[in-house]
Amino acid sequence: MAVFDLALCTLILLAALAAVAGPGLFRAVVFFVVYGVLIALAWVRLGAPDVALAEAAIGAGLTGVLLLGAVGRLSRAGADEPLTSRIDWPVALAAGLVGAMLVWAVLSLAPGPGLAPAVAEILPQTGVENPVTAVLLNLRAWDTLLESVVLLAALIGLWPLARGGAWQAAAGPVHHALPDGVLAGFGRLLPPVALLVGVYLVWAGAYQPGGAFQGGTVLAAAGVLCVMAGLVRAPGMAAPLWRLALVAGPGLFLALGVAGMAFGGFLLFPTALAKGMILAIEMVLTLSIAVTLALMVLGPPEGGGAQ
Amino acid sequence: MTVYAVTGALLVALGLYGLIAARGLLRRVVAFNVVGSGVFLMFGALGWYEGHTDPVPQALIITGIVVALSASALAVGLVVAHARVSGGQVLEDDAP
Repeated sequence: MAVFDLALCTLILLAALAAVAGPGLFRAVVFFVVYGVLIALAWVRLGAPDVALAEAAIGAGLTGVLLLGAVGRLSRAGADEPLTSRIDWPVALAAGLVGAMLVWAVLSLAPGPGLAPAVAEILPQTGVENPVTAVLLNLRAWDTLLESVVLLAALIGLWPLARGGAWQAAAGPVHHALPDGVLAGFGRLLPPVALLVGVYLVWAGAYQPGGAFQGGTVLAAAGVLCVMAGLVRAPGMAAPLWRLALVAGPGLFLALGVAGMAFGGFLLFPTALAKGMILAIEMVLTLSIAVTLALMVLGPPEGGGAQ
Repeated sequence: MTVYAVTGALLVALGLYGLIAARGLLRRVVAFNVVGSGVFLMFGALGWYEGHTDPVPQALIITGIVVALSASALAVGLVVAHARVSGGQVLEDDAP
């Protein structure tokens, strides 16, 4: 299997090279998506299917859609990429030096079990059986709570960039698709499957690979596809229900975190109630993540009229 | 599995080069994402031990992937807005 690992790493580096320094912006973005899928494969090889799912769905999928959309918008704005075919040697030398130091650091570290035994020991008290979900939503719930707030902050940061200041209009540009074309066909075919897969990933995340972020991303992708296929209009920011959907996840997370203070401290979930609390947070958080990610990828309003 | 950690280190170097040397702003966003996933790969592969990856780095990496997407979305929004105002995707300081 060492040959497979070596081949995979070579492909990853080549795809990254084409994405960072290859000619043509569109080609670079396509190579970046390929790169994301290859990285997801690497995570499978490293025995980390939760990360592989997140990388495939978010790193390759949603980031790919985001970047491809940006390529289209930039070319419509007449903003082509400046041509740089020369290698910038001083920068290459500096970056190479950083890389060499990192490689040296990697090779000088001795492998060890790390925190895995500690997590395995405390796992029965966390209310879930998947150690990654236990770390995300119980042991290091602080990180996840603040992460959901970061998502919200980034989305709010996008709104002032709306065209003509009309930040309450429908998110993103107006999408047109042929009614019987490939995009519209997939737009009708995939969302029911994506809905099933997304909800399954959240539910299964308690005891096997999956979780709120992976499931939420699949749901967001289904929403983005429906909008891009012209089947539904993107929501506008003035609608109270959509705003509620955005804040419900972080809000419930915060509320249950405060409730944990009755049991010893902020974000401390008692073992007997942990499963129910974590499941409730995950369900609502999935909805918020899905809506936030979808609106983020669709981009700031570009004058498509309100919902 | 050290090969994956070394690959991660090389990806950081490659992305760093692109981040500084590329003048197109969207290309810099791509390079920033390559640096990010390189760091994640290094971090995760160093936590690999006897067939499994330490769950704590795994959870932190999942958090990192989502935060990287948020930052990219904000950056892409700014790049597009900048392009509409200036008609290009090069910062004034980088213009030849």
